[in-house]
Amino acid sequence: MSKKIVAGHGSGGKLMNDMIEKVIRARFGRDILQLDDAAVLPTGGADIAFTTDTFTITPIFFPGGDIGTLAVNGTVNDLAVMGSRPLYISCALILEEGLELGDLERILDSMKSEADRAGVKIVTGDTKVVPAGKADRIFINTSGIGVFDAKVSRGDIVPGDKIIVNGTIGDHGMAIMALRNNLSFSRGLQSDCAHLNHMIGAVTGRFPESVKFMRDPTRGGVASVLNEIVQGKPFSARLFEDALPVRDEVKGVCSILGIDALYAANEGKALFIVRAEDAEPIVRILKETPEGKEAAIIGDINKEFPGRAYVETTIGGRRILPLLTEEQLPRIC
Amino acid sequence: MCLAVPMTITRIEGGRAVAEARGVETTVDISLMPDIKINDRVIVHAGFIIEKLDEQAAREIDEVWDKYLEEMDRP
Amino acid sequence: MTRELDKKLAARLKGLNLDGEIRVMEVCGTHTTEFFRTGVKDLFPHGLSLIDGPGCPVCVTPNEYLDRAIEIGRSHGPVIATFGDMLKVPSSYSSLAKEKAEGMDVRVVYSPVNALDMAAEDPGREVVFLSVGFETTAPAEAATVLEARKRGIKNFSIMPGNKLTPPAVDAILRAGEVKIDGFILPGHVSAVIGAAAWRFISESHGRPCVVAGFDAPDLMMGVLSLTDLIRRGKSETVNRYTRVVREAGNRTAVDLMNRVFLTTDSHWRGIGVIPASGLEVRNEFAEFDAVSKFPVTPPPPKEAKGCRCGELLRGLITPPECALYGRACTPEEPVGPCMVSMEGPCAAYYKYGRG
Repeated sequence: MSKKIVAGHGSGGKLMNDMIEKVIRARFGRDILQLDDAAVLPTGGADIAFTTDTFTITPIFFPGGDIGTLAVNGTVNDLAVMGSRPLYISCALILEEGLELGDLERILDSMKSEADRAGVKIVTGDTKVVPAGKADRIFINTSGIGVFDAKVSRGDIVPGDKIIVNGTIGDHGMAIMALRNNLSFSRGLQSDCAHLNHMIGAVTGRFPESVKFMRDPTRGGVASVLNEIVQGKPFSARLFEDALPVRDEVKGVCSILGIDALYAANEGKALFIVRAEDAEPIVRILKETPEGKEAAIIGDINKEFPGRAYVETTIGGRRILPLLTEEQLPRIC
Repeated sequence: MCLAVPMTITRIEGGRAVAEARGVETTVDISLMPDIKINDRVIVHAGFIIEKLDEQAAREIDEVWDKYLEEMDRP
Repeated sequence: MTRELDKKLAARLKGLNLDGEIRVMEVCGTHTTEFFRTGVKDLFPHGLSLIDGPGCPVCVTPNEYLDRAIEIGRSHGPVIATFGDMLKVPSSYSSLAKEKAEGMDVRVVYSPVNALDMAAEDPGREVVFLSVGFETTAPAEAATVLEARKRGIKNFSIMPGNKLTPPAVDAILRAGEVKIDGFILPGHVSAVIGAAAWRFISESHGRPCVVAGFDAPDLMMGVLSLTDLIRRGKSETVNRYTRVVREAGNRTAVDLMNRVFLTTDSHWRGIGVIPASGLEVRNEFAEFDAVSKFPVTPPPPKEAKGCRCGELLRGLITPPECALYGRACTPEEPVGPCMVSMEGPCAAYYKYGRG
């Protein structure tokens, strides 16, 4: 473990996972601090899901959204992929001295409109101001509560299960990287930032038994989520390169900067592991929703490389998807 | 050693040009390949054009390589 | 390239039966990664092995280079602009990532022009660009120096760390330490220096070699052509990347590189000093040379104990044969450069191989 916090500790890769395990969960208790997207908590009545997240993105305004839409949708999605119905959100603002009030108003407006459309209420919050230079204009921390209308039973993942994603991967991560490396777009590339609770509700409503796993692949992307699923398990996750929905623009930015879209962040995607026989009908349901128009079966679970995720490439070769150590950077070689 | 990608020139402005690939546009430097024209297909590395793509050779690959594969069969 | 050609090449490669063991060196780090990433390496027939050559700028950059860059950053406080490749490379005592965490202003750029524009936007702040890379990148860095002069930008300088590939291949062949039956040559270096620059391999060293591109079909055709030449005992230099590489390469780029840089002997990490294999800034452009502009005396260079990156870069050992590989030396805590760069042999092997 390196003795100082470095950028990599926040990147969704192994550096971050090791720190969470050895520095944080070791102290808070592995049985108490749940590692899923949200903690599932008994209340005597129905169980509730409780989650928290902090948003520090730069730039704070980007094509397809802003730090406000990211905060609300990210929290709603963390609750929704646990199978709970998101209800309430908190909003703690850390504002840098000198932030334009007009910018804050614009961000809060987008938070309100996203919350309304997602059907959640922003019920509590806090505001702190820090001296200039101590934050990057604005940071937002949110917590969220969802309720489990019905007991969620998740069957075990077994070989043969299918892997589904609700649309194109890498949009958010590559839209931001393009901005930072002054790449622009003739047809545009937007963040896919969106709340998925209604879409997920449509699936779990019709197929409560067949969804084995759901998670929103934000930092670290699809590959990192797959690695978390298979780590230490007797099965592997296989993706078919030809089945991966990736926008042309995302492929373009990836090839120019030397980045792999499977590790780029998504903000409006959910990864599902489902029973094989229900995969096609689930994709049809997803395609009926605005957030799932480009849903696809992108792979399956097998026993080829137990404990690892891999891709079957266009030419029929296979390559292992390693656990990323930290954020990918533009490179020349 | 050298990540470089094929792109198409869409605009030329003084010492620089705009190149596009898969809908992505970026400003590229043309000092290493000054005689490029609009719609030229070029190879871009670290923001610089390092070579022009030979369209003729690109079109012939299938045919040339097929022939070569047959020759490899003859002992 | 059509899909049927892909399938035909894949089937041909997979079905290749070699009578003996064939050892092929790929000189370029991008080839190392693309062989894994496209899955072509997974189709290799039994008996065909790929040896990683000194082809990633990060792996061959000596410790003294980063030690000096960090010392300049510490004592003169400029912005250090670099390609992403150099950020995590361990120097003798630290790395740019660690120095950045300690407050040094280290910024990753996609192009040297981004570093020059940074200097133009903030004339009060010195910007030092770490000019690494081979013949593909050096002309771009030379052109950036010329532009700095033309635009009168005084607060921009580069730390020359570029290396030339043919002398390294020649040195490896002369050392004769390892059995190499043929070479897969770097497509984009060749776009600049031309296919002709490699003829010495077949003519004076009697080994076949193939200039190859980077897509899956290019890689497959590269390997198929090379194994065919090896099995027929034909020592030739063949250009299979004709859509990009010309016989004489890009003269404008080479001339521009030679206008700003002077060829000198150069220390390659793990290989030692190779004559006429490095580039330094000519006196005429001394005001853009960070070495003379920011005099420092970095601490004496030292190699990490047990690090065998040098032997690896000369094709003598494969990653698992190094005692540190996957134990003390992992992508999270790299000891040697070969585990750091995405192109480095160990990083590619650890990530894409069977770990």
